[in-house]
Amino acid sequence: MTLGKDAMSEQVRRVEGATRSKVAPVEVGRPVGEEVHEPDFPWIVIVWNDPINLMVYVTWVFQKLFGYPREKAERLMWDVHTKGKAVVSSGPKEKAESDVARLHAYGLWATMQQDR
Amino acid sequence: MARSDEPEPIRRHGDRFAVTLPDETREALRRLAVQYRALLREEDPSSDPGVARLFPPAHEDDLLANLEYERVAHDGLLAGRLRNVETLERTTGADFLSEDDLLAWMAVANDLRLVLGTRLEVTEESTARDFAKDPEGRETFELYGFLSALVGVILEALPEP
Repeated sequence: MTLGKDAMSEQVRRVEGATRSKVAPVEVGRPVGEEVHEPDFPWIVIVWNDPINLMVYVTWVFQKLFGYPREKAERLMWDVHTKGKAVVSSGPKEKAESDVARLHAYGLWATMQQDR
Repeated sequence: MARSDEPEPIRRHGDRFAVTLPDETREALRRLAVQYRALLREEDPSSDPGVARLFPPAHEDDLLANLEYERVAHDGLLAGRLRNVETLERTTGADFLSEDDLLAWMAVANDLRLVLGTRLEVTEESTARDFAKDPEGRETFELYGFLSALVGVILEALPEP
């Protein structure tokens, strides 16, 4: 999926995340045998197309929840509508979980996954 | 879309919203609120596909992660929905609404669209003709259309987020 500038910034974050995990592996303070080498990939939040939510409503939710300007919110809504899904936010796992729950509160079909 | 000369039934009035819906529409909304609250209290995602649509999984294909998300998020989401429906029930007769009240109206209207649309298995191309031979389905689809219009009117009235 191409998302213009967003896709670019995702790529940058992905490279930065991968680099960080190589440069500074998280080992400090962990007992031997329980080391977790979970790569520091960011999480992305995906909104999926559904036949029920109105397009104007989906746009409004993106503006309301994420503070996106109308133009960006409409572009994301069109991606959802025409491509079936769109990445609407990204960040640490806790932020992704919070964003998914807020989208669910507004009735949007949202999932989260690590951006590997 | 052409604008009519009729005032919108919900419109901004200073920092509040003036509501001029007919009494029968207000009564219909109150009854819907009562039914929706009963649905939320008596059914759960495993017993009703319409309710399941209100509490979707957070992960595409990770059962354990979804169980954990449900454990953490479900009660909060349910409590928020019950608060919204209580607000709607309390304010169906009001001539003026705060923005928070109006947002609760819209949330309930959209939730009900999700429940009804899921039950009717609507698609983006669904029309009343699809339910021509099914009186109950036709009635439900009319209600679905009314709720769609209500969400549209509320979005028109709300200020830019």
